[in-house]
Amino acid sequence: MLTFISSLPGPIAQGIIWGIMAMGVYITFRILDIADLTVDGTMGTGGVTLVVLVAGGMNVGLAMLIAFLAGCAAGLVTGLFHTKFGIPAILAGILTQLILYSVNLRITGQRSNVPLSVDRYNLILSLRNLGRAILVGAIFAAAIIAVMYWFFGTELGHSLRATGCNMNMARANGINTDTNKIIGLVLSNGLVALSGALLAQYQGFADINMGRGAIVIGLAAVIIGEVLLGKVFKNFALKLLAAVFGGIIYYIVITLVLQMGLNANDLKMLSALVVAVFLGIPYWQKKLRERKSNREVKADA
Amino acid sequence: MLKVTNVYKTFNKGTVNEKKALNGINLELKSGDFVTIIGGNGAGKSTLLNSICGVFPVDSGSIVIDGEDVTRLPEHKRAKYLGRVFQDPMMGTAADMWIEENMSLALRRGKARGLKWAITNKERTQYRVMLSQLGLGLENRLSSKVGLLSGGQRQALTLLMAVMQQPKLLLLDEHTAALDPKTAETVLNLSEKFINESKLTAMMITHNMRDAIHHGNRLIMMDNGRIIYDVSGEEKKNLTVDDLLKKFADLSGSALDNDRMLLSK
Repeated sequence: MLTFISSLPGPIAQGIIWGIMAMGVYITFRILDIADLTVDGTMGTGGVTLVVLVAGGMNVGLAMLIAFLAGCAAGLVTGLFHTKFGIPAILAGILTQLILYSVNLRITGQRSNVPLSVDRYNLILSLRNLGRAILVGAIFAAAIIAVMYWFFGTELGHSLRATGCNMNMARANGINTDTNKIIGLVLSNGLVALSGALLAQYQGFADINMGRGAIVIGLAAVIIGEVLLGKVFKNFALKLLAAVFGGIIYYIVITLVLQMGLNANDLKMLSALVVAVFLGIPYWQKKLRERKSNREVKADA
Repeated sequence: MLKVTNVYKTFNKGTVNEKKALNGINLELKSGDFVTIIGGNGAGKSTLLNSICGVFPVDSGSIVIDGEDVTRLPEHKRAKYLGRVFQDPMMGTAADMWIEENMSLALRRGKARGLKWAITNKERTQYRVMLSQLGLGLENRLSSKVGLLSGGQRQALTLLMAVMQQPKLLLLDEHTAALDPKTAETVLNLSEKFINESKLTAMMITHNMRDAIHHGNRLIMMDNGRIIYDVSGEEKKNLTVDDLLKKFADLSGSALDNDRMLLSK
């Protein structure tokens, strides 16, 4: 138990970083109602872009900005595939993800792993200093929540929400739903890449595979946050915060099960099953309710 | 106000499911016209309204709204001219958004949406006044999710959202068909009230022949993608349901096949 508690700062820091990623997933999955698989590639794009630029001598802040923009570009590609090529959103995301695999390798110069030592470069966070890592992560998360709260309260933000909620209604009210989907995908992937850039600094390297399964972790964070905090957190800013908490809880649970002896290679299976079950719960609840009301109707008759 | 010229639309062309939905429609509406539309199943009533809205492109012909040719404009760009209420009460509002948020979306129809705050306090006061006209108590529920409202409340809200910007053309596609009779009457009376007060040009599809006769200044009957009967003024006022049924049989060469229409006779 003591080892578990003393090991908490690590998963908290990691959880916050993935929580930022989860807020990106929230934009597509919850606001636009699109499951965007681009993020598995974008996470790595953000990471390798940052590492290569910083190793090349660039200022970390600027490198993070460029990593963010690289993610935005990836989201733009998916958005164009989806709206201008008429490709279903999931497939559009998979295509971009595959493109990004090659792109990421180009960025790293065909290396699958690029190191970034905190001793040699002036990184804003690292796992060597967990207190600082948590603080930096929290500042970023708070700033992103503030910006998103503002954006989704604007006219444009409202029109994005309408697009995800009811496309017929949105169009009837003069909203260009295609453009809005693209904007949402761009912002979402920008955030995911930013999270990748933070993660690369935190772990001291970027890896071509660092985003594999990212969508599942992002979804897990969103869903865990909703299930555990949804009843209390009604406000939009708090819902985003719930996704960050979801990320933290996810990593704490992962740390716990690893300490209990779970094979690390089985982690992805576990994560995917957790997401499947949590996505299934509302569906089963609905089924049960329907069956119950059916029975009541029969009893009345 | 509206000029539809020679519009054709065929769905699933070249397949066994080919359906000629619009077969050379010509229709001209003067400003302030309130046209009711009746017709059998698959007569092309909804297709006509959807063509005007740009839900899909038409095969040929042209659609001009208030002097502007909109035939090639995408749906969201035509929206600034149009107010729409759909048959399905769920379709006209965003369920996960609040009443005031839905209204603010409608208030900005046809305007550029930027990074300004989506709802101002001044607007909120305006929304309350507008909502109180519905007489449903919604003015005190600005921050209720629309998904929590009943079908009738949602339809009344959709109607309000459709007219609040003074559209050049109000399109009502059987907008009371999914409501219980009493609510249907409320929504229909509200529609009439808004149309009269703002002197809107409007088209209303209905399956209720009495409503079609009772409301509006003009009535058109459609069959097989064509307008087969177009009547207005005194002649329309003096119509009876039996007249309409007979007219339909004479003009289309078959009995009316709209079940709901016959049931609501």
